Amino acid sequence: MSADTLATVKPAVELEGITKRFPGVVANHDIRITVQPGTVHAIVGENGAGKSTLMKILYGMQKPDEGTIKVNGAEVSFRTPSDAIAVGIGMVHQHFMLADNFTVLENIVLGAEPKRLGRLDTAAARRRIVQLAETHGLRVDPDRLVEDLGVGDRQRVEILKVLYRGARILILDEPTAVLVPQEVEELFQNLRELKAEGLTVIFISHKLDEVLDIADAITVIRRGTTVASVNPSDVTARQLAELMVGSELPTPETRESTVTDTVTLQVSELTMPGEGERLLLDDVSFEIHQGEILGIAGVEGNGQSELIEAIMGIRPAQGRIELAGQDITTWSTLKRRESGIGYIPEDRHRQGLLLEASLWENRVLGHQTRKPARSGIWINRRASKADTERIVKEYDVRTPSVETLALALSGGNQQKLIVGREMSGDPVFLIAAHPTRGVDVGAQAAIWDHLRNARAAGLAVLLISADLDELIGLSDTIQVIYRGRLVAALDPSDITPERLGGYMTGAIAGTEET
Amino acid sequence: MPAGLNRALLTVAGAIVAVILAIAICSVAIVAAGGGPLDAFAAFFNFGPSDRAQMNGVAALIDRAIPLFIAGLAVAVGFRMNLFNIGVEGQYRLAAICAAYVGSTFVAPPVIQIVVIIVVAALVGGFYALIPAVMKVTRGVNEVISTIMLNYIALNLTAYLVQGPFSGQKEGQLTTTTPELPESAMFPDLNFVFEWFGMPAPTRAGGLWGFLLVAVVLGVVVWLVLERTRFGFNIKASGLNGPAALASGVGPKKMIIAAMVMSGAIAGLIGLPEILGDRGAFNSNFTAGLGFLGIAVALLGRNKPGGIAIAALLFAFLDRAQGPLQEANVPASVVTIIQGTIVLLVVIANEITKRLALRLEERRAAEQLGTNAPAEVAA
Repeated sequence: MSADTLATVKPAVELEGITKRFPGVVANHDIRITVQPGTVHAIVGENGAGKSTLMKILYGMQKPDEGTIKVNGAEVSFRTPSDAIAVGIGMVHQHFMLADNFTVLENIVLGAEPKRLGRLDTAAARRRIVQLAETHGLRVDPDRLVEDLGVGDRQRVEILKVLYRGARILILDEPTAVLVPQEVEELFQNLRELKAEGLTVIFISHKLDEVLDIADAITVIRRGTTVASVNPSDVTARQLAELMVGSELPTPETRESTVTDTVTLQVSELTMPGEGERLLLDDVSFEIHQGEILGIAGVEGNGQSELIEAIMGIRPAQGRIELAGQDITTWSTLKRRESGIGYIPEDRHRQGLLLEASLWENRVLGHQTRKPARSGIWINRRASKADTERIVKEYDVRTPSVETLALALSGGNQQKLIVGREMSGDPVFLIAAHPTRGVDVGAQAAIWDHLRNARAAGLAVLLISADLDELIGLSDTIQVIYRGRLVAALDPSDITPERLGGYMTGAIAGTEET
Repeated sequence: MPAGLNRALLTVAGAIVAVILAIAICSVAIVAAGGGPLDAFAAFFNFGPSDRAQMNGVAALIDRAIPLFIAGLAVAVGFRMNLFNIGVEGQYRLAAICAAYVGSTFVAPPVIQIVVIIVVAALVGGFYALIPAVMKVTRGVNEVISTIMLNYIALNLTAYLVQGPFSGQKEGQLTTTTPELPESAMFPDLNFVFEWFGMPAPTRAGGLWGFLLVAVVLGVVVWLVLERTRFGFNIKASGLNGPAALASGVGPKKMIIAAMVMSGAIAGLIGLPEILGDRGAFNSNFTAGLGFLGIAVALLGRNKPGGIAIAALLFAFLDRAQGPLQEANVPASVVTIIQGTIVLLVVIANEITKRLALRLEERRAAEQLGTNAPAEVAA
């Protein structure tokens, strides 16, 4: 550090009165944050509180309507992320932005390639990456293909990518959302080393235990504004939670069992070939009873998506699937839906919504052939709108009207609409993939309630979630999926997230226990 | 104001701005070509000295708009689900020659005769569009490439057919042609409409073609199918979000085939107004290029039947002025420049107004719900 920075330690980042009148339900309003250099500064808040918007402003993806941003004491105004990168701010996105068919090295240099005689200078790039990886303790093999990497490794690649571009201030958006406990610990170790190197980390999360573990300072955001800046040693997780939501946190706990003897869904020996030797699904068999929630635990990318899509009939697989005693293996997706399978997809923007269509049209999606949407060859617009009004009311979807385009709603409200839609038409079996991902605490509690009520009414649910608390709290049985195989059946009443994490990463060998 | 109306108004405003800008840009082009912009614009509205000439102009305008409208519809059906049917050109030419030939081989009462010709045209067009659809569904062949290639095949195939198997050329005739259609195949004209207004009936090129009525009905049917039926919903869903449509139970393969065949079947009708209204055969004077113009018309009309009708009329209005422009010493190719500029600007304006509309919508949603957002902050 140079002498003048020592004289007056200027904050790495200073946000003053940031206001963004902006689409979505929560805008940013008079945000004030001061981040000291060489620290891990956590920004916590429930989903939809405006954290991501704030980070987009700080990273130059959006312009604030009011307020100033100072980096290392100098006021800056970003027009694009390149402006932010130029002053040393780097962002690691929640959803990785990596090209799967490129090597680690290629991904890191992509867009900032060192060139020699107009060609990619691989040697120079490798030197720089190896050096960066060593000084920051981020071990990766630069020549591996990204598609072969696990989630933790991918995240390290993302961090290296940012460091490669000379970032001294790192923004990590929900970095632990996709990690199992063991990987989280590894990430934190990396972050501590970065901090020791004098880098500043802005850590966005809503997982309070993790925040208390890693952060040197915490700023709480609620409803688009900063409500408190606290020192982690002065607060408990409980107090933080109360600051975050202003009320008590809901728990996903389900009470008495409603599991019956009737088998609703039976999956036998489901196998899906992959591109190489490895099977995407390998001899998967399970059954779900009426009134039962079966949770599937697993690190993302171990066959969950394939399992869901095989059951929905979107991707072909060998094996046998029976719904209420009927063999549906050869049925089309449409017929499966018509016979009472509901589907809350893992990525609502990709599979769940027509963003540029109105809410009532989104209500029709997947129900084109059923009442109330159907009327002969026509779409019954009036009935569809009326039923959308019902969902809006029953599921507390906050929207000006059912004519509003789906993209104008916040994530939580979009998800509530999807849950309401999939619960319509009396489903007998529901696939709920990450049903509360990216939704706020209020919506989360509501969605859990709906799932519990439906379960009590006899619905069979296949729950897939990366949120282990949700999985343990809601499920009647938990199966662990690892590399396309179901490796363990566990009883949620005596399992901890840590042990579950052990099974999920393959650290604990898959022995059946119940 | 309801959200839908808001979006529609923005669209219209965008289109008008684009047209005005296009006129401004073209004025520069006209000056550069040595003409006077004012003379040129006067020429657009110069329909002729006499009532009869003016009515001929009006009829020519509408007659030109009819096939453009049908071509726009054909393209739009594909566009709605992100299928780029560039093959409308080939589909309509092949359909036109087959329909003209089949129609000339028999004589039936007028209604039956015309219906058979229309059905044959739609079938041939639909079948020719089925080929790229099947190639896409089974082998993943990009429809843009396959339809362009099929256009060349269709062009040469029609050239062969009109001289070979379907030839009806008489001794001493200069143009190659299919056999003449019987009188019962000719679509009655609508010239009586002019008499309602006390105007002389147009006399050139068969007057006002009766196929206009078919086009209007077709427009209404396409609108109903796209906007009100389950099939139309599935098309919209597939176009907006393929994976979501798939997850909702819409089979993408079936939809690709259905949309392509529907697009091709409509394309098959493009040549009929001219054949049944004026020429009475498919010959070497048959209007070409309507399929490609249809792409521009569909873009301009934002893939909606109403918009396509306006776009077709605008294009026809510009096309009609080619004669008067030459009289005013302005190169007639100015029309092509104007058309190209308008399409380009409208595509840009569409994108801008779309984004604006979405942003407005988001803001409105935020505002109406805003009461619970930033107000209470203190903690």
